[in-house]
Amino acid sequence: MGIRVQVQAQDFDPLELQRQLEGDDAGAVVTFTGYVKAGTDAVTAIELEHYPGMTERSIEAIAREAVERWSLKSVGVVHRIGRLDTGAQIVWVGASALHRGEAFSGCEFVMDYLKTRAPFWKKEFGQFGEHWVEARDSDQQRAGRW
Amino acid sequence: MINVVFFARVREALGTDGLQMAAPEAPDLDTLLSTLRQRGEPWASVLAEANLLHAVNHEVVHGNTVLNDGDEVAFYPPVTGG
Repeated sequence: MGIRVQVQAQDFDPLELQRQLEGDDAGAVVTFTGYVKAGTDAVTAIELEHYPGMTERSIEAIAREAVERWSLKSVGVVHRIGRLDTGAQIVWVGASALHRGEAFSGCEFVMDYLKTRAPFWKKEFGQFGEHWVEARDSDQQRAGRW
Repeated sequence: MINVVFFARVREALGTDGLQMAAPEAPDLDTLLSTLRQRGEPWASVLAEANLLHAVNHEVVHGNTVLNDGDEVAFYPPVTGG
């Protein structure tokens, strides 16, 4: 399949996305699905803004880097935008490789970089009103491991 | 023309999602930034924030860079996707 990046408002089916990664003599497929969480602030919904054009381009660059570093067979990324309620699927990353080690690393690498490099911004809504999510140092540290 | 776009908290604080500047007025990123900061508040403080990020034609840039007619410059806060 190679590299496939989708930025979209609509929901997605993780099983269908995983099937797209199968084949190519991949011995391992690792996938990650992220959800909108309520957290300690009791968030009820979020709104995701992005930079059309740059978003897709930066994710494709991240995915290409992952393919090269871990000899991945395929990488798939789906990131949703717009308003999403708590519990909704927000992001999906899948990586396939000959062995599980490469697939695990590739998937986590792409996810860490989505958190720190791709131009998305989250605003949270709840009893508190609304606020922009602040970038977390822990996300930067995780991305810095690679 | 140079197309200037703003995102997220920066967009809301400035009250606009973008503007255009004549290319001769913005030969490089530093000049463009200082011209916009001279508009007074909130421009002066929002565009002086330490964590403000810049991209030119969809590529993140650090430090000053030459701008050309038709370029798109983006200003935005640290990203929070995933």
